[in-house]
Order: sequence, then structure tokens, then C-alpha cells
Amino acid sequence: MLPRLETQVVLAIALAALVTYSLRLGGLLLSARFPRTGRFRQGMNALPGSLLFALVFPSIVAEGTWGIVAAGLTAAVMLRSRNTLFAMLLGMAVVFAARRLTL
Amino acid sequence: MKADFCRGATANAPMAASVAAYGSVLGMLAAQKGLSWLDLLFMNSAVFAGSAQFVMVDMWSQHLPVIEMALAVLVINLRYLLVGASLGPLFRGRSLLCKVLLMHLVADENWAVTMSEQRKGTASVWFLFGGGVMVFLCWCGGTMAGLMGGGLVSRPEYYALDFAFTAIFTALAVGMFQGKKDIPPWLVAGVLALLAHQFLPGKWYIVIGGVGGAITAMLAAPDETPDLKEGARASAT
Repeated sequence: MLPRLETQVVLAIALAALVTYSLRLGGLLLSARFPRTGRFRQGMNALPGSLLFALVFPSIVAEGTWGIVAAGLTAAVMLRSRNTLFAMLLGMAVVFAARRLTL
Repeated sequence: MKADFCRGATANAPMAASVAAYGSVLGMLAAQKGLSWLDLLFMNSAVFAGSAQFVMVDMWSQHLPVIEMALAVLVINLRYLLVGASLGPLFRGRSLLCKVLLMHLVADENWAVTMSEQRKGTASVWFLFGGGVMVFLCWCGGTMAGLMGGGLVSRPEYYALDFAFTAIFTALAVGMFQGKKDIPPWLVAGVLALLAHQFLPGKWYIVIGGVGGAITAMLAAPDETPDLKEGARASAT
């Protein structure tokens, strides 16, 4: 049996979806107006990496020393092997062990 | 086209596994807040943005704060403006319809995988889309499993599942490192992110760090790589 979707739920989700989709498509459509060379392009090239780094860095630091060790190992494995899954599992294993042993 | 779609889906499989784990946590929270599976599935398909959905579920109550929710989602998802802009070169020459249809399934994960593929010069919109479908299916599977199965992983932090996202995004960031010229932007991004994380509410630190890094790169001496794709070819050799 299908559960009932309340009006306020539909409204809240629809509004959130509209906002999110506008940002996604808006960024892409605006990019056509951006210059393709020079300093602006240099900034755009650096954007994805810095954005991802900004996303993870505070949570690595929040995890403490072992968070930094875990992230360092993840980075090293990634640089050497380019194996995303293995790099991720190794980082998790370090944090798991550190928490279990309350290092 | 079909080959690229499958390649994208496969390349995103390791990511998608962690997306499912993360999704199961959201599912459990949603169950506590009284969301039905239809509410959650609707949210997954319409919004399709992990961190924003966590905040929405967090704000869930008897009377939904519809406007505040939309504003919170706007702030958290501001980064998609930048994400969308960074996909400009990939979509160059594609029709408006193609852009309108494919942009919905752009999440952090398949975007990041596509950007690192782009550096090898082998990404395409179909690669991006294949990844999006893979991430979407695992996101739905994970959230539904969490919603139904409740107590299976009652303490995700015990298994360091909460660190899965940090680890996977660390790996992806490293995969995007373009060499020495990235060091100043990354340093600035890291410091700004830490400061913003400390002193500002919500997810502003992501946008502030990312933009700070991009501005730093703009201030550096001009280099000769005209766009992402050609720059990628140069660095791949």
C-alpha cells in the first residue's frame, strides 16, 4: 500500500529540489559566458581540487592526529595505486583501529 | 555513448558503495523522524544531494519549516553553482536539452570521478550520466535499507562509517592534484575552510575554501594551459 504524501512534504521537497536544480543548471549555463583562457580559466582549473580539499580538510582535522594519519595514508595510496576503494578502506581501517584502541 | 555510460557507472562503483553506507545512516535518521519510504524516495529523486538531505531530515517536524529548509538547502548546495560551472568544458557543444536533462544527476561523487577522468582526457557527458545513475541507485538502495532495516548499523561511528566520506573525498581530492601549481590554492583553501568551519555555521566552509583556492590560482602567474581538457592531456604525458 502506498503511504500518503502530505501537501507540506510535497511543497518542502519541491522547493528544495527547485533550488538545488537551479544551482546545478545555472552554474553550467553561466559557464558558457566565462572566458576560456587567462586568469579566470586558471581559477576554474584550480576550483574542483580546492573545493574538495576544503570539503574534507576540516573533518580530517576534527578527527585529530589519527585522522591526519588516515588521510595521509589514503592520499599516499591514491597517488601510488590510483585505487580509490583501497585508499578509502585503508583510511577507514586506521580510524577504526585508532577508535577501538582509543589511541 | 553506451560504452561511456557503462564506463562511468563502473568507475563510480567504489564511490557508490560508500554512498550506500552513508545513505543507510540517512535512512535510519529519517525513520526516527517519521518519514515514510515514499517521502524519502521522493526526496532522493527530486533533491538528490546527500548533505542537504541530511539537513532536511534534521529539520523535519510536525509542521515543516518549508522556507527555512529551502534556504538551508540553498546555502549547502551553493557549491553546485561552481560544480556546474566546472562542467562547462565537458558540455561544450551539447544541446540545451542535453544540459537540462543530464544536470539533475550531478552529485559530488560522480562529478569528482568525472573531473579526474577529464584530466586524462577521456570523460564525456555519458560517463558523467552513467556515474549519476550508479550513484542514484546506490543512494536509493542505501537510504531504503536504512529506513527499513533500522537497527542493523545502530552505531555507524563504531565501524568508522562516518569517516568513509572523509576518506573517499580525500582520495578524490588527491586524484585531482595537478602538481606544484596547486599547492598555494590548496593551502589557502584548507586554511580558509578550517577558519570558516570554526566560526561560521553550516556548510559555508566548503564554498569559502573552494572560492579562496580558485582566487589564489587566478592571482598566480598566467600559465599556458588554455582549458581543463588540454591541460589534462599535457599533464598526462
